[in-house]
Amino acid sequence: MEFLFYFGDVFTPFNFMLLLIGTIGGLILGATPGLSPTMAVALLIPFTFKLDATQGLILLGAAYTSTVAGGAVSAILLKIPGAPANIATTLDGHTMAKNGQGARALQLSFISSAIGGVFGVLLLIFLTPVLAEWALAFGPSHLFWLAILGVTVIGSLDSSSVVKGLLSGCIGLWLATIGFDDVMGAQRFIFHSSVSGGINIIPALIGLFAIPQVITMFAKGRHQHDAEVLKVEKSPIMDAIREVFRRSRALSIGTLTGSFIGLIPGVGGQIAGLVAYDQSRKASPERKKFGTGHSEGVIAAESANNAMVGPSLVPLLTLSIPGSPTAAVLLGGLLIHGIFPGSDLFENYPDVAWTFINSMLIGQILMCVFGLYVAGLAARVAQVPNAVMAAVVLALAVFGSYSVQNSMGDVYIMAALGTGMYFLERFGFSAAPLVLGLILGPIAEANFVQGAMIANATSNMGSYFFTGALNLTLIGIVVASIAYSVWMELRQRRFLSKEDTLEQQEQTS
Amino acid sequence: MTDRPRTQHILASGLVALVGIWVAWLSFTGTPARAFLFPRIISVVFVALALWTFGKALLGKTRVGPGLSAIAMRNILPGIVVLLIYVFWAAQALGFYTASTIAFFILLSLYDPAPHGAGRTWVKRVLITAGFLAVMYGLFALLLGVFTPREILF
Repeated sequence: MEFLFYFGDVFTPFNFMLLLIGTIGGLILGATPGLSPTMAVALLIPFTFKLDATQGLILLGAAYTSTVAGGAVSAILLKIPGAPANIATTLDGHTMAKNGQGARALQLSFISSAIGGVFGVLLLIFLTPVLAEWALAFGPSHLFWLAILGVTVIGSLDSSSVVKGLLSGCIGLWLATIGFDDVMGAQRFIFHSSVSGGINIIPALIGLFAIPQVITMFAKGRHQHDAEVLKVEKSPIMDAIREVFRRSRALSIGTLTGSFIGLIPGVGGQIAGLVAYDQSRKASPERKKFGTGHSEGVIAAESANNAMVGPSLVPLLTLSIPGSPTAAVLLGGLLIHGIFPGSDLFENYPDVAWTFINSMLIGQILMCVFGLYVAGLAARVAQVPNAVMAAVVLALAVFGSYSVQNSMGDVYIMAALGTGMYFLERFGFSAAPLVLGLILGPIAEANFVQGAMIANATSNMGSYFFTGALNLTLIGIVVASIAYSVWMELRQRRFLSKEDTLEQQEQTS
Repeated sequence: MTDRPRTQHILASGLVALVGIWVAWLSFTGTPARAFLFPRIISVVFVALALWTFGKALLGKTRVGPGLSAIAMRNILPGIVVLLIYVFWAAQALGFYTASTIAFFILLSLYDPAPHGAGRTWVKRVLITAGFLAVMYGLFALLLGVFTPREILF
């Protein structure tokens, strides 16, 4: 119950103001098609440089929470999911809006998001310290395999092609080795002066997530979608609250499914909403009503995608392994303040860790309250022309990358990686495993080198890295995740992939 | 798969394979050897997966990745040219705010669906650009105090 001691810190005037800014800003950014939660959080990182670690994380955490929920606004009112996590919401949410129940759909969406989100953060609160203690038992070989696990799981599960996902992860791991070697001080792969100090994570993240999106907007040319914003009429909020609890089966399926999926590294909200929607439909006696504007569809999808947020941070805060691209961006936000997640975080910086987690809990409630008021405005913002959005995101990406170290080299790296990633994505490669490789590469290498030294002094490399229950378990999970994905690919029964999501978004727009 | 995406896939995966081979060559020839131990392991997997992907592309068995259509390339090209000039030359040579404003105005003009012939369209674009400059300058220079290269005007 240590987290209770730090609850007051969330309510200091400045911290609370940041929480409000992050929540309201996140709702608006989330409603904007093309601005995914990961990209929104990456673009916000430079704004946290002048803040201390707690304040920076409060802003980023609030933005993460509310961008996921904000995506429902454009999904319901425009039939354009603000983020891939909101695809399932369009199925019934937009139909409800067309039937004159737009306000009701938004209310159901934000209330169920808040309930799912609170459950997810509570899971984060109670699971994290236990796992952080357990993580102390991890030695260099285990941490090496964990880092590899992070890359392979996201590479195999998040990509449409297992081989290309793993190849993207390899590219990320290679990029992480550019610069000077930590142990010998040797120069590695320094082909341009901009990369002599290695590739800085923040500009790389901004480039890999923002620039492909900017170029995707260019690709649409002068075409402008003229999606009509459906009017939002007034609807009593108490009726919506009663309805959410009356549909407790959909709510609990959504919340539990989202929480479980959030805990699996690499899976994330993209499929949480769809799986919860599907399970809820199968379990409902009114399954024929799904897709025709049924409230259970909205409740299941939205409770799931926000329930996923808290648990997705568990691997990051306990084992330093970001379980999702957005968690990887948050890791970048922690590292710029010199803070490393894991047991060290809870021992040496409990104020930072618990204030951040508590702020996410409060953020869920603020998101619900403000979501209903900001929805109309957010839907208007969602109609901002592509040309303006592309130009704004490009300028923010340039300013954000430069401000990390006041270095033009970082801006060049951001632009080069981002442009390259756009073309790679067109050929089935994926940014998420590449980013994970880039972030986990130094962790994997440092522990590999340390493990190799221990192995040389005690036994041999083979027995050090390939024996022991924990090593074998981690290797087993690596192999199982790859084998499962290959099997799914062969059976052509893959879950909705990122590429499908993008294509679906393009089709809907 | 049509011929065009197949050729594109061969070129793209071939390029990735070449990068992989280059990384492997540098890893296995770089000294001191201990500093390249980890890159060597990575590069072996990198090359194996890249060659597998290239082989599949050659056989026309690539299933994912829509490739690039001529229309998309035509739409992208002007934007990428502006992006590259902005990032690699203008931002430093002209100063961030001047370069950002010019890039913003050009991109807006290139991709705005409003008709180019109407006078009101251009007035609107100038006003949006001015608003953008004011917000960026106020936010970064005045509020956050972010240092940026300043050459012309700002």
